[in-house]
Amino acid sequence: MVLRVLLILSCLLLASCSQRPKGVDLIFINGDEPQSLDPGIITGQIEMRLCNALFEGLTARDAHGVSRPACAESWDISPDRKVYTFHLRSHLKWSDGIPLTAKDFEESWRRVLEPATGSKYSEILFFVKNAENYRTGKIKDFSQVGVKALDERTLRVELENPTPFFNDLVAFTTYSPVPMHVIQKYGESWIKPGKMVSNGAYQLKAWRMSDRVELEKNPYYWRKDTVHLNRIDALAVSKGTTAFNLFATGQADLMLDKGLIPPMLVGELSKRADFHSNPFLATYFYRFNVTRPPFHDPRVRKAFAMSIQKQTIINKITRGGEQYANSITPPGIEGYQPPQGVEYDPGQARKLLSEAGYPDGKGFPRVTILYNKSDLNEPIATEIQAMWKKELNVEVGLRLQEWGIYLQSLDDLDFDIARSSWVGDYNDPNTFLDCFIADRGNNRTGWKNATYDQLMFTANTQSDPAKRFTMMQEAERILVEKEVPIVPLYFYVGIVMYDDKKFGGIYPNVVDEHPLREIYKKETSKP
Amino acid sequence: MMRYILRRLLVSIPVIFIVISLAFLLIRLAPGSPFTAERKLDPIAQAELEKKYHLNDSLLKQYAHYWGDLLQGNLGESLKYTNRTVKEIIGQTLPVSLSLGSIALILAMSLGTLIGSYAAVHQNHREDRLAMMIALVGICLPSFVIAPLTVMVFAIWLHLLPVAGWGTLAHYVLPSICLAIPYAAYCARLMRSSMLDVLHQDFIRTARAKGLSEQIVVLLHALKVAVLPLVSYAGPLAANILTGSLVVEQIFKVPGLGPFFVNSVFNKDVFLAAGTVIVYSVLLIAFNLIADILYCLLDRRIKLR
Repeated sequence: MVLRVLLILSCLLLASCSQRPKGVDLIFINGDEPQSLDPGIITGQIEMRLCNALFEGLTARDAHGVSRPACAESWDISPDRKVYTFHLRSHLKWSDGIPLTAKDFEESWRRVLEPATGSKYSEILFFVKNAENYRTGKIKDFSQVGVKALDERTLRVELENPTPFFNDLVAFTTYSPVPMHVIQKYGESWIKPGKMVSNGAYQLKAWRMSDRVELEKNPYYWRKDTVHLNRIDALAVSKGTTAFNLFATGQADLMLDKGLIPPMLVGELSKRADFHSNPFLATYFYRFNVTRPPFHDPRVRKAFAMSIQKQTIINKITRGGEQYANSITPPGIEGYQPPQGVEYDPGQARKLLSEAGYPDGKGFPRVTILYNKSDLNEPIATEIQAMWKKELNVEVGLRLQEWGIYLQSLDDLDFDIARSSWVGDYNDPNTFLDCFIADRGNNRTGWKNATYDQLMFTANTQSDPAKRFTMMQEAERILVEKEVPIVPLYFYVGIVMYDDKKFGGIYPNVVDEHPLREIYKKETSKP
Repeated sequence: MMRYILRRLLVSIPVIFIVISLAFLLIRLAPGSPFTAERKLDPIAQAELEKKYHLNDSLLKQYAHYWGDLLQGNLGESLKYTNRTVKEIIGQTLPVSLSLGSIALILAMSLGTLIGSYAAVHQNHREDRLAMMIALVGICLPSFVIAPLTVMVFAIWLHLLPVAGWGTLAHYVLPSICLAIPYAAYCARLMRSSMLDVLHQDFIRTARAKGLSEQIVVLLHALKVAVLPLVSYAGPLAANILTGSLVVEQIFKVPGLGPFFVNSVFNKDVFLAAGTVIVYSVLLIAFNLIADILYCLLDRRIKLR
């Protein structure tokens, strides 16, 4: 009797466990619970993945990471490269059927720049003339800001400087249009299902906290016929093992968040057929606090940089096939050649340290490496600690802090050496090099160099792209060869897991973006 | 009895007041700002956000403001999950934790009572030792060990249950078992010692002398008294188990309150942290009161005044 009951029960369970929600074409693992779905406010990759499916800007990146015309079908660039005139497609509509016009773009960009919106990414709009002044309150009149809807289908954008990558920049989520008619009606709660109206390939069907965001094909999307999947679920998963279990048992088809793949498994997983990796625009590096000894001396910084064997870290710890980094700008930006940087040279390192007054590490004060808790940071710090002990004979301590406190320590320059990383926002060296201009919020080293700042400033006012890159390369040389306030360690790889016999439309690309609208099921539809 | 309940409720008001005040103060004293991020927020945006949530006011003013909102039933907004109110987050996630927790609670209490009584009746025999060994293992093994083990066996090897997720009946099984095991083990040990005490008391001897069968003695006479320590433990246990568990909810991807409870503190999400503390403390007080009332109903010797 008991056995029979158990048998029936287990059959029932068995039946229910293989169940996937009905009618869902793709279930993907997106990482943590999204903080918001307001494209003007969000900052993280998790949120951007969803917002890029829901909203679409003047241009949009395709599955190869290249910006292509989207809401704008074409644009004209003035001879001085400072004025872009975008021509919108005809019959663009929001998902509620209301026409989308150039005015929507103007109003949406204005919203990002209004201080009251609390956008955390408004600085990405500062390429637009007077945008920064409007944001900081120096001008109150928005008509002075360089964005203007000339008519329903023409948007004129005047820039501060010639910005050759502006057509790529407008693909960035913060530049997306938002439905002002809905925001005016619902206020801050407009992002909720049932209220949200969007203009991208998908619309928001449901959003259950800590569980999933459900996306449904937008019937008013201008190229809806090219969108292959009707229903997509994005799962919120915060544990790597859980994510992997869901993927391995077929309850999820695609894993997009590389942060969820446990580093100790990467070596093993990389042998599988469903493991796909690609280099992308992101760098793992160490910062020195140059405002206090001993790292106020460039010779000491250089000595430390030269005694790290970066390839060892990749072979032993990260193991995802990363490339070691001698520059902050990763390779892969078309037309830009990052400088050589400093190579591993322990002999020279010892010499430099001795010149700085610490022969064989004698008298060197005890310094610490600050890092936040993650699977990788600690083993990397331990490895580097051992390398510095071996090559330079200096004692380096380790200091672990909780994420929020760690960031505060960075801001307060309360560290000697700190672990950091930077992900490029757009396909241009400026996204990396701008951080290290004096007094920039993301500088976080205390490092100031007038030549560097000047080079960056002149480069950005250059209208000749080749000259611009030469100047930026010169600036980067100061950063990673001469002054060394940072030590680049390796360039990240993006990791995507999916069965390429079942799904297509996902390609390796340097921006590590995989637009959902291009993904297709192999047995049903082919592009 | 009504007077007792009323008095307990009145006493709980200052308790909740102190808890809320402490939660409010401690999280603001912790280092870091809720708006720090790897990509540094520009000072204007930061100032604007602080103004929006009244975080730039003096501590006293913030405190007064918070109480003003609270008394109107407003728990504030989450600072991390923009555009979402604390009420909404708790409203969506607490029911999930409650439903999972109540199953785990029933499981823990009944398993604990069963194993504990069984061990006590067979005191110092093989059965007793085996039961207590199982209980000890249950206490010693943390949920982050049990959970992956059960997933491996029941979900990955046997394909009986889903590895994680929420929505169907099958999704309840593994998380509620993993949530219940450590508490069940503790209940079993508690039950055993209490049952042993009771079995040696005079009224049990009388019952046996009257010629009642051992089953009736244990089930009808002893159990009722022996279960009392378990009832008083049930109060805090219920509050603990019902507010959700960080580990179990994360491993099984259960959309409950647990992870929000813990992470809000790390994120310095001040209103969310305070809101979850309020929920937890109200539940704790409520369940302690219920436990006391049950205690009185079960044991006629106790009078609630």
